[in-house]
Amino acid sequence: MVRAAISSVIAIVVLTAVFGFAYPLVMTGFGQVAFSRQANGSLIHANGKVVGSKLAAQSFSGPRYFHERPSATSPAYNAGATTFANLGPTNSDLAKNVKAAAAAILKLEGPYNPGLTIHDIPVDAVTTSGSGIDPDISPAYAQLQAHRIAAVRHLPLATVENLIHENTTGRSWGFFGEAGVNVLELNLALDRQAAS
Amino acid sequence: MSGQGISQIVVYAIALVALGYPLGLWMARVFTARRVGGRALGAVETGFYRALRTDASKEQDWKSYGKTVLVFTVLFWALLYALQRLQGHLFLNPDGMKGVPSHLSLNTAASFVTNTNWQFYGGESTMSYLTQMAGLAVQNFVSAAVGIAVMAAVIRGIARRSSATLGNFWVDLYRGLVYILLPLAVIVTAILIWQGVPQTLHGHVTATTVQGAQQTIARGPVASQIAIKQLGTNGGGFYNSNSAVPFENPTGLSNFVEMLAILLIPAAQVFMFGKMVLARRHALAVLAAMFVVFLVGVAIALPAEQHGSAVLRNAGVNITMGHGQSGGNMADKEVRFGQADTALWATATTDASNGSVDGGHDAFTPLGGAVPLVNIFLGEVIFGGVGSGLYGMFFYIVIAVFVAGLMVGRTPEWLGKKLEAREIKYAALGALFVPTMVLALAALSIVTKSGLASIYNSGVHGFTETLYAYDSQGNNNGSAFAGFGLTNFSADFGSIAMLLGRFVPMFAALALGGALAQKKIVPASAGTFRTDGPTFVVLLVGVIALTAGLMIFPALTLGPIVEGLMH
Repeated sequence: MVRAAISSVIAIVVLTAVFGFAYPLVMTGFGQVAFSRQANGSLIHANGKVVGSKLAAQSFSGPRYFHERPSATSPAYNAGATTFANLGPTNSDLAKNVKAAAAAILKLEGPYNPGLTIHDIPVDAVTTSGSGIDPDISPAYAQLQAHRIAAVRHLPLATVENLIHENTTGRSWGFFGEAGVNVLELNLALDRQAAS
Repeated sequence: MSGQGISQIVVYAIALVALGYPLGLWMARVFTARRVGGRALGAVETGFYRALRTDASKEQDWKSYGKTVLVFTVLFWALLYALQRLQGHLFLNPDGMKGVPSHLSLNTAASFVTNTNWQFYGGESTMSYLTQMAGLAVQNFVSAAVGIAVMAAVIRGIARRSSATLGNFWVDLYRGLVYILLPLAVIVTAILIWQGVPQTLHGHVTATTVQGAQQTIARGPVASQIAIKQLGTNGGGFYNSNSAVPFENPTGLSNFVEMLAILLIPAAQVFMFGKMVLARRHALAVLAAMFVVFLVGVAIALPAEQHGSAVLRNAGVNITMGHGQSGGNMADKEVRFGQADTALWATATTDASNGSVDGGHDAFTPLGGAVPLVNIFLGEVIFGGVGSGLYGMFFYIVIAVFVAGLMVGRTPEWLGKKLEAREIKYAALGALFVPTMVLALAALSIVTKSGLASIYNSGVHGFTETLYAYDSQGNNNGSAFAGFGLTNFSADFGSIAMLLGRFVPMFAALALGGALAQKKIVPASAGTFRTDGPTFVVLLVGVIALTAGLMIFPALTLGPIVEGLMH
């Protein structure tokens, strides 16, 4: 027992040094050299300042921007404290939240999409994401918002649709995962379009 | 199921076998060869044993082996507890995290040394980089290697004849860590960084968003931790929402690699077993039984999630797949994964004892959520946890062979060893202890005020949350119906579940291995029940379904089944 304890204590020191320090530090060195943009959080800079990360949704309000999916974090889109909503499939709060989100979308998008009903709203638009900072919306939800953006920004619909297309990440290698539209990058592209 | 969903599953299964087979042969070599690798590597290895003041050539019997595991684990547990309590006063804490409260620290320490990685905390807002790197991530390696070591010892017990010993724990620990886990972790880390997972020692960033708000973005040495949490069937994420968070799992490709990492070693260890006991066809039958249960799980979960929940259908929003969306039950799921990748992940992570998630299980449909619940309850033997999955499967195999023996009226034999009363008792203990404990703890939690305080969703779903919590901790999985909340009661009951759930089956397996090692080999005769071929596959699946499967059924009717019928 004593022998096992002595060996254990030494093993704990050695293993902590190797797997707790050497391994992550070497990998950090590798990441910083080989893929420094990704290793530092895929940050997006504008005018020398950090405006966000490609991998985190951020709050967009008003008619001029594409909107993100709902978020359960506090405050919304908190990339420092991610969370699920954890509302069960029969929870009445889930029903309430979905209805409220759908009503808000109908009110916002309705004027630009004549004949819009709740049946046209893609499900990702009214459900919280897993992380609370899902950077993507479905191409269907982007398409729904395109009419509003085009009208408010006085752009041809085709221009907006083009931007959506350019900021859609397809499946990796055309196979893994699902297609999504990165909202932050899309909105930044919109602003650049306005500036040019 | 859609064509895309089916092809994802097929490609996943093929990749698993294609990579698992060579890895399994390599693992068999690692645990049988006198020396692995060249002279330099050998010298490092010898140096490690010398530093530990242990004689690597001296083998241990099962009791001595188990004792060493226990002492080693208890001491590491103490260190992990101290690290959390004191992190506020220590270095590598750029975001000024305070000491973790005592009940939570106890639970988290138990969680990581038992390879459970249940998380009652949000990593990015609770733990300092020091705790994450030097505490939790080390355990991701070590607890996994302990599982692999015990499995190697038990397999030796099956393979040997008239032997008193099973191997040397320190040798098995070192070899699992250095020759199996570390190289794989380095490869997966590199892929993940390339795909976008952060790996930095810099603290949180505050961004000024496009519309002028302030946004905190957590980052850190993430990739190195995610790689091993997937490979070591640990599952404890850097972020609260685990692999649903884009910083842990940014793309469809990273998702595939992380999913593959969940079941890679668990699949490989079946091949390792076949090689070490010289019974390839038997190992293939075991693998086939695993695939059967795995595919049944996916075939239930994926259509259930794609069909969507009643709330979403009744609301009238568009949940149909196609026209620019994957549709289905998107609550607590990410757009880039959709239904197929989330359902496949949920099945894989609970077939193994991984417990990482890429979507919220609490928000799954009743039927979709029942799949992970049942998978875990079966003891995570479908591929299973690293090490623990296969030695857990041995219990079922022994019971299956015993049942077959009863049916044909002969002494049951497994791989040339006669199974007698002692072995059957160990196997029964190993197979039945955890399910019984899980049901008891869940029941206690449901009838006490302190237990009920953890429930987040009211009604039937709250019952399922509780059952899932003890199911997950008792079986060392770590995934959650994450609404289930932290109280002193739930933290302490959880610790008990995790520790007993880890060590009772582990000691039953070691005892089984020790008993088998002492036996002679009896040559197979015409009356020997064959443990390969389709008959055995059916028998094994049947035994799993009839033991643990029937035990969970009454609880299942009170939870997911009632909830599914309610609308």
